[in-house]
Amino acid sequence: MKVLICIGHVPDTTSKIRFTDNASKFDKSDIQFIIGPYEELALTRLLDIKDAGTDLHITAVNVGPVETEATLRKALAMGADEAVRVNAEPLDALFTAKQIAEVYKKGTYDFIVTGKESIDYNGGQVDGMIAEILGIPSIPSASKFEIMGSVAKAEREIDGGKEVVEAAFPFVIAAQKGFAIDPRIPGMRGIMAARKKEILVFEPSEQANITKIIHHYLPEAKSACKKVAADNVEELVRLLHEEAKVI
Amino acid sequence: MDKSPFLTEEHKMIRRMVRDFAEKEIRPVAKQLDEEARFSPELTKKMGDIGLFGIRIPQQYGGQEMDTLAYTIAVEELARVDSSQAATIAAHNSLGMGPIMNYGTEEQKQKYLPKLSTGEALWAFGLTEPNAGSDSRGTKTTAKLVDGHWIINGSKIFITNGASTINIGATVQCVTLNDEGKKEFTTILVDANTPGFTRIPMKNKMVWRASDTAELFFDNVKVPASCTLGKQGEGSKIMLNTLDSGRLSIGSMGLGLAQGAFELALKYSKERKQFGKSISEFQVNAFKLADMATKIEAARNLLYKAAWLKSNHKAFAKEAAMAKLYCSEVAREVADEAVQLHGGYGLMKDYEVERFYRDQRLLQIGEGTSEIQRLVISRYILDEYTNRE
Ligand SMILES: Cc1cc2nc3c(=O)[nH]c(=O)nc-3n(C[C@H](O)[C@H](O)[C@H](O)COP(=O)(O)OP(=O)(O)OC[C@H]3O[C@@H](n4cnc5c(N)ncnc54)[C@H](O)[C@@H]3O)c2cc1C
Repeated sequence: MKVLICIGHVPDTTSKIRFTDNASKFDKSDIQFIIGPYEELALTRLLDIKDAGTDLHITAVNVGPVETEATLRKALAMGADEAVRVNAEPLDALFTAKQIAEVYKKGTYDFIVTGKESIDYNGGQVDGMIAEILGIPSIPSASKFEIMGSVAKAEREIDGGKEVVEAAFPFVIAAQKGFAIDPRIPGMRGIMAARKKEILVFEPSEQANITKIIHHYLPEAKSACKKVAADNVEELVRLLHEEAKVI
Repeated sequence: MDKSPFLTEEHKMIRRMVRDFAEKEIRPVAKQLDEEARFSPELTKKMGDIGLFGIRIPQQYGGQEMDTLAYTIAVEELARVDSSQAATIAAHNSLGMGPIMNYGTEEQKQKYLPKLSTGEALWAFGLTEPNAGSDSRGTKTTAKLVDGHWIINGSKIFITNGASTINIGATVQCVTLNDEGKKEFTTILVDANTPGFTRIPMKNKMVWRASDTAELFFDNVKVPASCTLGKQGEGSKIMLNTLDSGRLSIGSMGLGLAQGAFELALKYSKERKQFGKSISEFQVNAFKLADMATKIEAARNLLYKAAWLKSNHKAFAKEAAMAKLYCSEVAREVADEAVQLHGGYGLMKDYEVERFYRDQRLLQIGEGTSEIQRLVISRYILDEYTNRE
C-alpha cells in the first residue's frame, strides 16, 4: 500500500515572530523550522501501522523552496521511505492543494494524509481542497486511524461525542491530536538511513495565486497577571471596575 | 547555538533528536538516579536504541557512521540535562569503542564493535591506577607473556563503565617487557568474565552518581596474546591518542553542563521575585547572565572548531586540550553563578542546579586535570615558537 503524507514546514512553536516589508512578509531569518506537529503525529501513526506489519510505503511531500528539504530530511529520518518536494513558494491553500493533487496523480497512492492545519497560517483547508480536486472522500480532523484490510477506520471528535467513520481507499485524512500519542523521535540510525533516501524535486504545475497577504498583525501582548491578597476584596472590586472594566 | 558555521543540517537534526530524548527520558529520572547513586541499564539501553552507542563507528560494525561534531553535539545535549548519562555515553564511545576501532584487528572489531553498538553492552578503558593518575607512565599493572598468553597482575581505579551488569570488558594499560628486557607499555583487551578479573563499583561519589565508576583487580588474569590491542609496546601511543579524542568528550560535557545550568538560572531568575521585581531585573544579576552566555558562546566556538578539525582529519590535539580546559572551567564558573542566582534554593537537592554544581567538578580533573591541559597546551605553543626561530 502507498501513502502520500503532506509535511508542513513551520516555525518552531517557541519562535519569536517578526515581519518585514511593511508587515506583509513573515521574517524567516533566525527561525528554526520544524515538521508541523499534526503531520508529525500523522507520520508517527503511519510508522506504527507499518511496524505492526502492514506493508506501507510512505512518501513525504512538501510544497516549498529548497530550504524545506531539511524538514523533509527529518521526515525521512523518522522513517518515511522517500520524499517529494514541489519546487515553489506555497502561495495559498488552493495552490498547495493543486500541487499535491498533481503529485498524487503522478504516483499510485492509496491515500493521502495531512495535518488538520498548519500551525503558522492555520488555514485548515488543504486536506479538503485536495479531496475536492481529486474527487475523493475527505475525513477532516481525525483523532484515531486504523487500516483494516480494504477499508480504513477513523475516529473524529464532534460536539458532545465521537464519530466513527469507515472509508474505502482512496481518501484524504487530516490528523489532529490523538492520531498518535507522542511524535516519534528519529534515532541516529534513522538520521543515517535518511542520507541514502531520495528527495525527488518536481516543478509546480502552475503559479497563479489567488490570495495576497496585505498585512500581518501581532496579537496584543498579554498583560501580566495581578495578585490580590485573599482578604483585600475592596482592591479586587476596584481593579475589576477601574482597570478590567468588567463590573 | 545552531548558527555555528561548523554545523550542517544533519548536526542540527541530531541536536533536536538528542534534546527531545534527554528531556523526555532522562530529565524525569535524573534526580532520583543521582540520589540513589544508581546506574540504570534500562536507561542505557534506551540511549542505545536511539543510536548513541557507536556514534562514530562505521555501519559495517553496527555503528552510526557519524562525524566527531555529531558526537560532540550528542554528548553536549545529554550533559545539558544530566552529566551521569553523558558520562556513560562519552566514555563508552570515545574510551571504550574508540581504541578498538582505531587499533583493533579486523577480528577484534568484528568480535566487539557490533555488540558494543547496541546499548546492551559497555566497554571500559583502564588507564588510571592508585599510583598513576596524571602520570600514566607510573603504571604498575604488569603483563607477562607466558606460552602465548598474557598473565596480568595489578589494579586500576576510577574506571567509568567498568563494573555494571552490562560491562563486558576493558582495555587495560599494562607494563610489559620488550625483547631486550626493557619496560614498555602495551594495551590488552580483557573480557569481563576472565577468571581472576574482579570489578568492583566505587561508592559515594560526589559527581556523576548515576554513572558507573569501578575499581578493577587483576590476579593472574590469563588472556591469549591475540588480545593485544595494536602492537606490543604501542600502549603509550594508543592511550595518548585516545585521550586527545577523550578531551573533546569532556569539553562537550562542560559545554552542555554550562548550557543546562545557564538555562536553569535564566528561568529561575526571571521567576524569582524580590523587592517587587524579578531578580533578573537587577543589573548585577542580568550582567551575570550576560557573562554566562558570553562564556558559553566562546566555549562552543572553541569546542566545535576542535571537533571540526578532527572531523576533517587535521591536527586537533592542541585545540582539543584548549577546548577541554576552557569548557570545563566555564562549566565551573557558570554552575557557580547559577547557584548564586538560586540563592539558598540552589543548595537544596530539590533544585536541579545543585546537581549541576556538583557534577561540573570532575570536568577539571578527569582525562587530564586543568594543570595537565595547560602543560600540554604550553608545550605545543612553545614548540611552535621554537620551530619558527
Ligand atoms: C568519576 C571519574 C571517572 C573516571 N573515569 C576514568 C576512566 O574511565 N578511565 C581512566 O583511566 N581514568 C578515569 N578517571 C581517572 C582520572 O582520569 C584521574 O583522576 C585524573 O587523570 C587525575 O589523576 P589523579 O586523580 O590520580 O590525580 P593526581 O595525578 O594525583 O593529581 C593531583 C593534583 O596534582 C596535579 N598535578 C599532577 N601532576 C602535575 C604536574 N606535572 N604539574 C602540575 N600539576 C600536577 C593535578 O593537576 C592535580 O591537581 C576517572 C576519575 C573519576 C573521578
